[in-house]
Amino acid sequence: MGLAANSAAAACIAVAIAAVFAVETLATEPPSHLNRSLKSATQFLSPELAAEQADDARNRGLLWVEQGATLWHAPADPGGTPDGASCRTCHQEAEATMRGVAARMPVFDVSRGRVLNLEGRINVCRTEKQRNDAWAYESPQLLAMTAYLSFQSRGMPKSATRDWPDTASGSGAPSGPAQNILDRGRTLWNERQGQFNLSCAQCHDDNVGRKLRGDTISSAVPTGYPAYRLEWDGLGSLHRRLRACQLGVRAVQFEHGSEEYLALEVYLAWRATGQLIEAPAIRR
Amino acid sequence: MAPRATRIVMPATAKSGEIVRVRCLIQHPMVAGSTGPTGDGTSTTARNIIHTLTVSYAGADVFRADYQPGIAANPYTAFAFRAGASGDVVFTWSEDNGAVTTATRRLNVTP
Repeated sequence: MGLAANSAAAACIAVAIAAVFAVETLATEPPSHLNRSLKSATQFLSPELAAEQADDARNRGLLWVEQGATLWHAPADPGGTPDGASCRTCHQEAEATMRGVAARMPVFDVSRGRVLNLEGRINVCRTEKQRNDAWAYESPQLLAMTAYLSFQSRGMPKSATRDWPDTASGSGAPSGPAQNILDRGRTLWNERQGQFNLSCAQCHDDNVGRKLRGDTISSAVPTGYPAYRLEWDGLGSLHRRLRACQLGVRAVQFEHGSEEYLALEVYLAWRATGQLIEAPAIRR
Repeated sequence: MAPRATRIVMPATAKSGEIVRVRCLIQHPMVAGSTGPTGDGTSTTARNIIHTLTVSYAGADVFRADYQPGIAANPYTAFAFRAGASGDVVFTWSEDNGAVTTATRRLNVTP
């Protein structure tokens, strides 16, 4: 009897441990079966380019990180609170306070009812706190600041949607308006578009690793962006890269920072949960 | 924006006689120049590259590189010199259009 009771108790404890473990596992594992096979585009680089990316003395994306560090300390134009504050005035040392921020982006801002990616979040500070003009997409300043902030999250797992304010139960799946945006992104991903009548998924889910002209089709993992792309001879945002893909399939390109790209960025981030931040990466 | 971004990776200290390895980057489009239609209706794009990098250490030149139009944007350069006395390492990049970018790093040498 005692033995049986002990066994039952042990079983209960085991179940409880298993349950706790299951939740833990859920929280750290990618949200769908797809993600386990996702490969960062770094794995498709030549060994030489991969080495360049890994070497902080040679990675040319680091030039923008240097610029971003300068901007972080530079006073803004007068008018803000406190007047002429730099980023550092409020946020102190980025190495400490900004660690992990880019890994959590994009976020769903409940008070504004919209998605903020890293670019959008920076511009909220620019316009609402510093009372300065927003930086335009692909402007040297915004690229430098996104590179600098992303760099602070290097090596951390992408965990965008888990920290959404209305995320249900920490399972990695958002709910409510955030869920709608994620669904919108998934729809865009699967929708055929352009003269070539191709969806994102047809290349970046179905034909990953195969050749498209001279290049290898990647898994569309966004963790390297903003990235130094050889084709651009410079740094560019994820939205610029998305525009390049849309041009490739002869589709109408959305605008930088558009609602469509933000939704797609949310979907890509959700899909890449657990992938490590590599920005600024080197891409072809 | 501000001056051209540079990134210099080298040790801050070295032992006398030690080989000091320096690696540096500068942000520059390295416009090779061309003839033919351009966006603004003119017929040529003027060449604008960084044509020279000179590096001095404790007042004496220790390295010089002449770049050509075939060098890619944001050029990377690596070189080494032997540590003597403590002093400033001064990098000077000169462009076709006359612009000059300089950067300085201090090297403290211990015996």
